[in-house]
Formats: sequence, structure tokens, C-alpha cells
Amino acid sequence: MKIHAIDRHGKEYTLEGREGWSVMEILRDGGLDVAAECGGACACATCHVYVNDGWYEKLPPPSDAEIDMLDMALAVEPNSRLSCQIVCSDETDGIRVTVAPE
Amino acid sequence: MEQIKPFDPQFHFGEMATGLDRQADGKWKLTTDAGTEIIARVVVIAAGAGSFQPKRPPVPGIEHFENAGDGIGVHYAVRKMETFRGKDILIAGGGDSALDWVINLAPLAKTLTLVHHRDGFRAAAHSVNQMRELEKEGKVKFHVASVKAVHGEPGKLTGVTLAGHDKSEWHHQTDAFLPFFGLTIKLGPIAEFGINLHENLIPVDTARFESQTPGIFAIGDINTYPGKLKLILSGFHEAALMSQAAFHIARPNEKLRFQYTTSSSNLQKKLGVS
Repeated sequence: MKIHAIDRHGKEYTLEGREGWSVMEILRDGGLDVAAECGGACACATCHVYVNDGWYEKLPPPSDAEIDMLDMALAVEPNSRLSCQIVCSDETDGIRVTVAPE
Repeated sequence: MEQIKPFDPQFHFGEMATGLDRQADGKWKLTTDAGTEIIARVVVIAAGAGSFQPKRPPVPGIEHFENAGDGIGVHYAVRKMETFRGKDILIAGGGDSALDWVINLAPLAKTLTLVHHRDGFRAAAHSVNQMRELEKEGKVKFHVASVKAVHGEPGKLTGVTLAGHDKSEWHHQTDAFLPFFGLTIKLGPIAEFGINLHENLIPVDTARFESQTPGIFAIGDINTYPGKLKLILSGFHEAALMSQAAFHIARPNEKLRFQYTTSSSNLQKKLGVS
């Protein structure tokens, strides 16, 4: 399963997702500059990404906790998600995300 | 605090270390933002990922309006409410800080506007209700919008560009802009200490956990070395080895006695468990 990601400098990456891992973990291990200060606990909003090209609608909707935590993110757009809350699966194969500004 | 008590350390809370300089006698002088100066032979940096600092919105040029003076420009905290009296104030955010300051500053502002990316807030329900009341009374204006640009001469903010989710943009005149998006961890003044850094971490050797500057040690998440794992367990190990090395610098004429709490009556007495 693939994850297409764009970092803060506009550089494109194609990363191999892993079933059950979060997109944040794949981005971080793939060398993208994702702080993920809280380690994936939906408690810091530093793994904020934009989900592109219609993929936002295909994902399970964010939990109330994630919606609340997005209030602490900067430059939030309608397609904003916390990447620690997106779990890799066959349904997310090919997902496109852009790392949000710091 | 109970555990550390037998060792009687001196704490300096609420101060940030801002400067570190080597003196002529080889000792270090550490300075804090409160003006405290501490002279020591050894400095151990255990700063985690750095210091907590307010999140700065990614708006080009916003830094030119910070520290512009009382009640004007960009502020990430409110120190004296009175300085905002009679001002046009714009607050951004949806958490408790944002809403608390909307409620507290609305009575003394000339105008108060709140912007947030959605028509919902993570702040406590009673704060949200109070804000909605103020909005009904016309004392607060609320827009689902975000700040896209800041305008004015450096140090003199005149307004911002707001953008709604429908991509519409409009100019909003304001004296002060108060973004409340919580805190993030930045390396902060440590970057200016003159210590060799690698990607915002301090490289150390794994026998002493000393930086490449003799007498300056680094333990925990702030350091890096081959095989580094950010675990509390590893941090304790690093602290133990660092202490052994630091002792010889701090007390060059003393012999270090290596003891175990299980068998040393000295240590048991000190810890109050004998």
C-alpha cells in the first residue's frame, strides 16, 4: 500500500504504508519533517496534514478528540487531519497528503 | 520533589537559561532571562527537545509585529489587560486561552473580533456559552476564518487579511492580533550556547555523555549518538554515566566512592531508609 506525500518544501515522496500503522509513523520514518511531539496520542497537533485529491472524503471521519485537537493546529483547512489518526489499510492505499506548515 | 530532597538541590523555577559563557578560570557562567547568574564547573543539559514556546501562525512577516509594545501588534500572551483598553483587538483560536481572553478583553476593547477555522470550539462549554452571549450582545464579532496576511509598517500593525473557507478574503483593521494556538517545543536559546549541534540535537560520547565542549554534558532527548533511543530507561543510564564523569571535573581532588543502595549504610542513611 502506497502513501504519496509532499513535504513543506514541495518535495514529493512515495512511501510504503504498513497495515495498522498510522500515516504519521510512515511519514516520520520516511524522513519527512513531522514533529509528532506527543508520539501519536492525538494530543499535540504537530502531525497536521492536508488530505488531497478526494481522499479526505474516503477516510473514516475524525473523532471528536481529533476535531478538538485540530483547534491547536495552525493553518487549518477543510481537508486538515492529524496524520497519527489515519490508519494504513487497503482502503488508504494510494492516499495523497501534504505536510501542513509549522 | 520528595525523592530529591535528601540531596538538597537548589531550584530556579520559571526561568529560562539564555546564555552560557566560559570564564577566564575555566568555569561556566550560566545566565537566565530573570537575570540570575550561576557559576559552575560542569553544566548538564537535560532540556528534552528544548523549551515550550507559543505557536506562531505561518503568516509571512508576522515576526515584525511581535514585541511592538503594550496593547499593539502581535501578542502570544496577555500580561496586563489594561494595555488593551480602547484598542481594536483580533483574537485567533478555539481553545480555552482564546475564549478566556475574548471574555476578559471584550469589556475594555474598542472592538473585539474572534476568528476560528470552524464554528465550534474545544474550550470549556461555559466559556463558549459566554462568548456566544457576548456575540449576541454585539460585544464580540465572530468569523469562521483565518489570518492570511498582516499589514502595516514593522512594529505598527494596521490590519490583517482574513480568509473564509469559501476562499473569500477581506481586510480587517486592528491594533492588536492575539493568536492562541497553544505551545510547541523549540530548541530555543541552547542553539546560541556555542555547543556543536546536529539537527538540533547535541552529539555526545557514550562513555561520558559529554558534548564536544568539555564540561558541558547532555542527557535525555536532547542528545544524540549512534544507537540512541528516546526512552526514560536510556535517560537514567545516561544520567548515571554522566554523573561519574562530571564528578571528576566538579571535585577534582576527591575520590569517587562507588556504592549500592542495597549494601551501603551511608546511602541508606542519606535516603532515610536505614
